[in-house]
Amino acid sequence: MILTVNHVTTYRYDAPMRAAVQSLRLFPSRFDGQRAIRWDVTVEGGTRGGSFRDGAGDKVEGWSMRGPVSEVSIAVSGQVETIDMAGVLRGHRELVPPFAYLRETVATWIDDAIETLAQEAAAGADDALDRAHRLSAAVAGAITYAPGVTHAHTTAAEALDLGEGVCQDHAHALIACARALDMPARYVSGYLYARDDGVPHEASHAWAEIWVEGIGWIGFDAANGCCPDERYIRLGSGLDAREAAPVKGVAMGAGEEKLDVTVALDAIQQ
Amino acid sequence: MTDFFNEMYDAGKVREPYARLEDWTKAMPAELRHLKQAEAEALFRRIGITFAVYGEGGDPDRLIPFDMFPRVFTQFEWRRLEKGIKQRARALNAFLLDVYGRGEIVKAGKIPARLVYQNEAYERAVSGFTPPRGIYSHIVGIDIVRTGADEFFVLEDNCRTPSGVSYMLENREIMMRMFPQIFRENRIEPVDGYADALRRTLASVAPAKCDREPTIAILTPGHFNSAYYEHSFLADLMGVELVEGADLFVEGGFCWMRTTEGPKKLDVIYRRLDDAFLDPLCFRPDSMLGVPGLMDVYRSGGVTICSAPGAGVADDKAIYTYVPDMVRFYLGEEPLLNNVPTWKCAKDDDCKYVLEHLGDLVVKEVHGSGGYGMLVGPKSTKEQIETFRIKITENPDNYIAQPTLALSTTPTFVEEGIAPRHVDLRPYCLVGEKIELVPGGLTRVALKEGSLVVNSSQGGGVKDTWVLAE
Repeated sequence: MILTVNHVTTYRYDAPMRAAVQSLRLFPSRFDGQRAIRWDVTVEGGTRGGSFRDGAGDKVEGWSMRGPVSEVSIAVSGQVETIDMAGVLRGHRELVPPFAYLRETVATWIDDAIETLAQEAAAGADDALDRAHRLSAAVAGAITYAPGVTHAHTTAAEALDLGEGVCQDHAHALIACARALDMPARYVSGYLYARDDGVPHEASHAWAEIWVEGIGWIGFDAANGCCPDERYIRLGSGLDAREAAPVKGVAMGAGEEKLDVTVALDAIQQ
Repeated sequence: MTDFFNEMYDAGKVREPYARLEDWTKAMPAELRHLKQAEAEALFRRIGITFAVYGEGGDPDRLIPFDMFPRVFTQFEWRRLEKGIKQRARALNAFLLDVYGRGEIVKAGKIPARLVYQNEAYERAVSGFTPPRGIYSHIVGIDIVRTGADEFFVLEDNCRTPSGVSYMLENREIMMRMFPQIFRENRIEPVDGYADALRRTLASVAPAKCDREPTIAILTPGHFNSAYYEHSFLADLMGVELVEGADLFVEGGFCWMRTTEGPKKLDVIYRRLDDAFLDPLCFRPDSMLGVPGLMDVYRSGGVTICSAPGAGVADDKAIYTYVPDMVRFYLGEEPLLNNVPTWKCAKDDDCKYVLEHLGDLVVKEVHGSGGYGMLVGPKSTKEQIETFRIKITENPDNYIAQPTLALSTTPTFVEEGIAPRHVDLRPYCLVGEKIELVPGGLTRVALKEGSLVVNSSQGGGVKDTWVLAE
């Protein structure tokens, strides 16, 4: 599948800011399941800083803007060719060992309910792969998709308690469950092309990856009850949503920030 | 009563390095001594060297007591220590390069993966990035205790930002001012080359992108930090800027310092700020002390940060027990300096032993420092021991235990005259293009009679440390 992405993130400030700095993780991962045909990231009026590929294989690029800054606009435009790998992240070069993804974070804290959900879901599983699938299904069953109930800082435990949430909550809960069973897991941010199912979806998306010994990292999208396929574009990963965020930024000054995001994802069938 | 090694008197005889000091003390009546002590204190006050002690309350500008009786090593003793210290500093850096790279020592089964990769101090954000010359810890402070004429043990390693070197320099300065005579009578190796050596070390790790004389700055959290005096003192001695996060910004892949003549590109940052506060975009988002975007500049090779973010994983107390294995694994050598035997409560057998012998052991928190959260078995009440028993049982991974070491003593001026007090030693090893160690270090002394805890937060003082020239 060839997916075309136009993604604009705009921060507007009600009072001019002294300066702004961004750290962007907005570049398609390199692995057997996807290939960027073209990809361009620009911050309007900004200065491009250093870029590098980190130990997790993600490309990161810094940007800065001198003040007065009243708006920061990050524009992504590109085209990616994807194929269905059944969620397996094959051919992805990275150095960080899976063990490093067993660490808990605030957002993925394991409480008793998560521990119980994980243990019960995994009981009787044949192997690690089966266990991962069962966890994903259990999380999908425990958290119903409902936008507006949770917020950016909702933890996995809180979302599970509410029983409702969005893809970020599904991913956090699945990561926490996997780690509860000593399976390395991480948060992945990206895009999902999902127009054919008739349901409007936010094209920016997130899911979890679980490490299965012998296979490697495998993506699980509990929110959609599947593994990432050719409709997905993978950008970057981290221990949780905050670490994997495609856009991290700060603006120095006293102004209030307003965020506006538009993402257009189109597919060209081959 | 344990027999402690007295560094001055051995079996009633004065040991060689202290030979000339006996006459010096004999020639000093109590009156003169009190006068000199008051003079020293006034000098320390005047230069403003104070050390705030967290959590103790009271006067934040309290002086660390200075004891005028020097601690002395022979050239022979020092050479042996020096070799061991440099060896350890090399191994610790090799370990850091490895665990942020391919992790061979973990793959070889020498260190459990969990201890490294799930360690709080392991920074996933810097894995895959190799700092200039592959050096992570540029200033390694190694705490050493002595238990006999030839017996030295490493108590702990400090790979992040070991403090106290300003005391090493100031103690010497003040001793030379007050007692010029004994510096003429004894041939003592100078320590004042430290600032030059530190500057050289920092300059030698400038990024590859730097094509001129590197610009260096010390990054401090600010004047409310307990070691602020040291930050400004070292900046002065090296002739580099002392900056706070707000003085710096990033642009175009470099880090810039605001100056009256406009922005100046910064090549090497000697930071005296914990990892968590360096960059809100990478670490703690609420930190106001650091520089937003600094880690992106660092990781793309625009600036060097000393010590490297993530260096702390090498000086964790749980990792400490594996340092001798690192020496063998990376250097193919036998460790010249021994570790103190350590029981890891994370191991069931060790934990059982520790709980059975709490009254004889020193128990420490794995991540603690500064002598806080520590149990000295023989000096503790039953109640304190029972409190620790509960803590260890609840969270065994968080504790290690060591035997109470018979720390050596050196003569120390006390109210009644001169009496033996327990000491340790922290030398500062510099790692850059070369590995350098000035002959000396910071000797800390437990001023309370019988006390084995030398931390300044627990009533410790400092001494000038001499290495005699041949």
